[in-house]
Amino acid sequence: MSKHAFRGLYVIAAVLLVLPFVLPNSFYVDLVIRMAINAIIVLGLNLLFGFAGQISLGHAGFLGIGAYASAALPTFLGWHPLLAMAAGAAAAGALAALVARPIFRLKGQYLAMATLGLGIIINIVVRNEAAWTGGPDGMPVPAMAFGSFEISGDKHWYWIVAFLLCVSIWASINLIDSPFGRALRALHGSEVASKVVGVQVVRYKVVIFVLSAVFASIMGSITALYVGFVTPTIADFFHSIELVTMVVIGGMGSIYGSVLGAVLLTALPQALATFEGWETVVFGAILMLCMIFLPRGLVPTLAARLGKGA
Amino acid sequence: MLAEFLQFLFSGITVGSTYALAALGFTLIYNSSHVINFAQGEFIMLGGMLAVYFTQTGLGLPLSILLAIALPAVVGLVLEKVAIEPVKGAEPVTLIIITIGASLVLRGLIQIWLGKGTFSLPAFSGEQPIEVLGATLMPQSLWVMGVTAVVVCALWYFFARTLYGKAMLATSYNRVAAEMVGINTDGVLFLSFAMSAALGALGGILLTPITLTSYDAGIMLGLKGFVGAVLGGLGNGLGAVVGGLLVGVLEAMGAGYISSSYKDAIPFVLILLILFFRPNGLFGGKTTDRV
Amino acid sequence: MALLEVQDLSIHFGGVKAVQNVSFSIDAGIVYAVIGPNGAGKTTLFNLITGIYTPTSGSITLDGQHIAGLSPDVLARQGVARTFQNLQICMNMSALENVMVGAHLRLDRNLFKGALRWPSIKTRDRELQAEAEELMRFVGLGAYTGARADSMSYGALKRLEIARALAMKPRLLFLDEPAAGMNPKETLEVVALVRKVADTGVTVVLVEHDMKMVMNLSDRILVLDYGRKLAEGTGAEVRSNPDVIAAYLGAHA
Repeated sequence: MSKHAFRGLYVIAAVLLVLPFVLPNSFYVDLVIRMAINAIIVLGLNLLFGFAGQISLGHAGFLGIGAYASAALPTFLGWHPLLAMAAGAAAAGALAALVARPIFRLKGQYLAMATLGLGIIINIVVRNEAAWTGGPDGMPVPAMAFGSFEISGDKHWYWIVAFLLCVSIWASINLIDSPFGRALRALHGSEVASKVVGVQVVRYKVVIFVLSAVFASIMGSITALYVGFVTPTIADFFHSIELVTMVVIGGMGSIYGSVLGAVLLTALPQALATFEGWETVVFGAILMLCMIFLPRGLVPTLAARLGKGA
Repeated sequence: MLAEFLQFLFSGITVGSTYALAALGFTLIYNSSHVINFAQGEFIMLGGMLAVYFTQTGLGLPLSILLAIALPAVVGLVLEKVAIEPVKGAEPVTLIIITIGASLVLRGLIQIWLGKGTFSLPAFSGEQPIEVLGATLMPQSLWVMGVTAVVVCALWYFFARTLYGKAMLATSYNRVAAEMVGINTDGVLFLSFAMSAALGALGGILLTPITLTSYDAGIMLGLKGFVGAVLGGLGNGLGAVVGGLLVGVLEAMGAGYISSSYKDAIPFVLILLILFFRPNGLFGGKTTDRV
Repeated sequence: MALLEVQDLSIHFGGVKAVQNVSFSIDAGIVYAVIGPNGAGKTTLFNLITGIYTPTSGSITLDGQHIAGLSPDVLARQGVARTFQNLQICMNMSALENVMVGAHLRLDRNLFKGALRWPSIKTRDRELQAEAEELMRFVGLGAYTGARADSMSYGALKRLEIARALAMKPRLLFLDEPAAGMNPKETLEVVALVRKVADTGVTVVLVEHDMKMVMNLSDRILVLDYGRKLAEGTGAEVRSNPDVIAAYLGAHA
């Protein structure tokens, strides 16, 4: 990864700067905000996927933890939303660490099974504990405020999310080139080789999973704060699969692929809004076609065709 | 006390039988290809939904059931040919995602074709409850348990005594070696998908008179069947049956004695526990890697 | 005191006794070879010492410290490096990066600093890149410093593994069949390379089948057969040992 890598970031930053002035109405601004939120989540998920070679089938569960932390803690315990967000992230991280440690000691795709179970359990808890979560109907989320200044609406959240996206991309590029990132990529390339050079394989996998869980939780909180309302669908199985689809289509291990995947697949449900069954079919078809014909995802495949690395 | 326990036990074994059939399906496919087929649940759903559809078009129960087993088997074959064979050497993650995609496609198509309603089948031999030591047992439950037992025995015979069955077993132990002795491992894979789908569909059909069916009934049934397979030891046929039954029973017991609103969570707590404490399952062995 | 001491080492895989009561010691700075017919347990012995397997019984001490059963990443911290018979290269990375990974333990691996592009990390990485290029030239891969690992030949990748191992600045280097699959010319190049490595002071232990290479390079040789130690000594001693001759050539040689 070289100077080239940052060029994409500059382009994205420029686009994000200009968009609010160019977009016709707030429907589109809302769409871009959702795309950016998904992009950040997918970046985190892709760290796990692309480098540890492991898949999380329950990542929406971590989103749910962050979202409901931001809803319940301020509402029932009077916590400041920022503190609630931190608490959600800490809880998600702790849960991820707890589950990951024994799982990563095993060889094989056990994380998929474990996260599947975890995600479903979180979803059921959220649906059942109506006193804390509002049950299947959900609950409102108090806005983030500092003194008398309240952060609400797309006017504020657009800039916050855009900034976070740029920082996330920047940090991810740096990370991949750093000794830590190199060790991660080596881990994906050959676990045995990385072990013999001193990489503590289990620990690295746990760290990366925790990181992706924390990313997800924070973005779950932000989604909740932005929308002002949270329902259990944020933590359901299909949402987890949507996230996996974004990783897959964009490219496992590709930073810009994560962004592309998020952009494409956030827009897609809008286009298919009235065709519910078709949405499921199309997502499924995309997953299958991508993995059969473009297993490396759109961005890495295109990049290879064009002759440079991504 | 006893009556209550028996009630939960019967309902657990009934549902557990369907889980057992699903778990067998997972095991068959896993053994011939190391693929975890997340579309297994949709085969269960297809069985129930197609049986409903055919009976509603007036075909009569026996023929409908036959078709509702045969068609999913064909779907399984198509899935294998179209989505699994082309990517034979791919990483496990790739294959998992493909099967997840397939499950979405199947579910979506059924949703479009047959809608989001809930449907039922008439019980095979009536609804007259049978009394056993204070607990009630529906005749349909006996069908579920009985047919499952017969199928399991037939499968045992198939694998232990017939050439085809032994060929399939050989493929699961060592694919390359099996090919070397002339076994058509692609054919084995092909067959395993068909059998797996048929098993799932059968389980779905048997259960529909009791639990009803809908376009999204497959998700939970399939996943719980998967938990059963892992509990028994992924790849172990006997383990799959025992595991599936165990999941059903534990789920029913948990729902009855602890909390019914968390009924669905029980199998998934179970899978986490298995992965933490005994990842090879009850009957699974240990393996080592050569470096 | 010897650098590496192995006492009564055994490992059983179910009923298979892959290594049985093997004892030997290796002094620092020499080239030590382990030979034996196929299936004698040579790679298994390597795997035992480098932490891939845990012995059923016996002890392994490195500089007086017990290391049996410790995992490879812990041993890496003790200065133990190895290459693999069947190559363990990260094909998803460039050749240079594969070598740079070898220096893993010598770097600041903090992920937050990495993500924030900490200047000290960037500087160290630039130095490391130069170091890695130098190592690649040392093993004769100077032409490949810009290549991706998946574009290189088997022989080149074997050398790359050696470069990676050297990046660890090890004191003990295990080479598992470094000349496997090579023609006579390539084998001579490998011999020269191993000599070069040994001359830098690294203790080299190698498994090899090529007798000429082994006799040429090694200061001492261990002969294994069916998991047991058959003989140990200098090349001349081993060559004339009747048991060794019988094992290799059959009883009526």
